[in-house]
Amino acid sequence: MISIRNVHKSFGMQKVLDGLDLDIPDGKITAIIGPSGEGKSVLLKHLIGLLQPDSGAVEVDGESIIDVRRSELNRIREKFGMLFQNVALFDSMTVFENVAFPLEEKTSLSKEEIRGKVLSALEDVGLKNIENKFPDELSGGMKKRVGLARAVVLNPKIILFDEPTTGLDPIIKRAIHQLIKDTHAKFGFTAVIVSHEIPEIFDVAQNVAMLFRGKILQYGTSDDIKNSDHPAVRQFISGSLDGPIQMI
Amino acid sequence: MVQALGHLTIGIVRDLGRTGWFLLYSLYMIVRRPGSFVHVLKQLRFIGTKSLFVIVLTGAFTGMVLGLQGYYTLTKFGSEGMLGTAVALSLIRELGPVLTALMVTGRAGSAITAEIGIMRITEQIDALETMALDPFKYLVTPKFIAAMISLPLLCAIFDVIGIYGGWLVGVKLLGVNPGAYFYEMEKSVVWRDVYSGFVKSFSFGVIIAWIGCYKGYYAGHGAEGVSKATTESVVLTSVIILVWDYFLTSVLL
Ligand SMILES: Nc1ncnc2c1ncn2[C@@H]1O[C@H](COP(=O)(O)OP(=O)(O)OP(=O)(O)O)[C@@H](O)[C@H]1O
Ligand SMILES: [Mg+2]
Repeated sequence: MISIRNVHKSFGMQKVLDGLDLDIPDGKITAIIGPSGEGKSVLLKHLIGLLQPDSGAVEVDGESIIDVRRSELNRIREKFGMLFQNVALFDSMTVFENVAFPLEEKTSLSKEEIRGKVLSALEDVGLKNIENKFPDELSGGMKKRVGLARAVVLNPKIILFDEPTTGLDPIIKRAIHQLIKDTHAKFGFTAVIVSHEIPEIFDVAQNVAMLFRGKILQYGTSDDIKNSDHPAVRQFISGSLDGPIQMI
Repeated sequence: MVQALGHLTIGIVRDLGRTGWFLLYSLYMIVRRPGSFVHVLKQLRFIGTKSLFVIVLTGAFTGMVLGLQGYYTLTKFGSEGMLGTAVALSLIRELGPVLTALMVTGRAGSAITAEIGIMRITEQIDALETMALDPFKYLVTPKFIAAMISLPLLCAIFDVIGIYGGWLVGVKLLGVNPGAYFYEMEKSVVWRDVYSGFVKSFSFGVIIAWIGCYKGYYAGHGAEGVSKATTESVVLTSVIILVWDYFLTSVLL
């Protein structure tokens, strides 16, 4: 379980997280939704210690990841896989090397075994015959899928996805959602997905949290959120221009 | 005004602290986890092998100009037989280490900063961290080790080429006695000279890797941040090399 208690985070004068509380249960897919620029990516980076809160607590399986030694943090990070919003592939490595990298560094598998795993991970995300290309030779959607393959290739216990399907065509988007559901059914990892895919995400995630104004506005099962009577949540889900969420 | 001054001071002190910490942590990591051999080899190729051409070229011309200038000065005292000594000592003690370091700074120091800086702004360093991998092990220590090995070797090549450059001009062009050129050199160059050149170029290697990596690691925002970091890296490295050179010379003399 990942638990976040009363987390505050500001960048200069700008307050992004304002006393946020959230418990992410083991073995479930939890989605984080909310307007653009509200701090979803910032929240996700707190879960893996890439950002440290100004105050508050973040615990992974009961262990704090705030102000801990680097070796301690790395031990906890072994549980994680992460897909960044802008993917962050290693741009001087080929696609193959990118996906193979965690396997080479973290396991003692043979070259052959690594090759098999990488190719099957790439195939799972619908990529074939691009292993020798470099990231800058791929389309945005292809990069996203390579990032996805790299994030899951070690079978981590917890996977953080920052907008895994943004920029993908409708068919691939559905395939990726299906892939996440299938592998989740198979391995039972804990997943946190930041997503703008409404309504599809309700079908993928068991729990949904809506982030708004630095706090979790509402948190519940997919059905709870889908049928919410909270005005801001309703407005966000329906994509209406009228309501408490105002674009400036 | 006072407040602004205070902020500036705090900023400078914090920067200095961070820079110093960066060096200490890098050296600690070299001892603890030097990174894979392949990474070091790659960097050796980049910092060392690929600098060879420019080092040979600059070494030759530096030696040749030393031959000319030295001849001009020494004939005034009628002791052009000492030309070999003059060329060799200037090269081994001073010009070899410093010019090699400055050339490598321009070629590899800037590239190190740009590479790490781009990895920083595109979150590739964060990606390494999320994989529970220490970025220093992959990006920083291999460059340190490669620079520490390459610089003394490049410097030695620079010295040898330079000495033959001086010979070419002095002996072949200006007619200094060829026996005297090498004989006088052999007589007056002592182990201590070579040693001080080695210490210098080794420590210049550390400086190049240190500032190059540091500036990239803390690059600012976007393309402009990286370009600024690269410029600062080259300027700062060159300045530190010259200042450190003065200091070392006064200690080692
Ligand atoms: N490193 C940073 N430095 C300064 N401000 C930042 C930084 N990272 C994020 N912010 C600010 O924090 C706020 C939240 O950013 P974040 O990326 O978390 O938004 P988001 O909810 O993920 O949006 P989107 O759905 O568009 O991805 C933004 O206003 C952004 O300007
Ligand atoms: Mg985001």
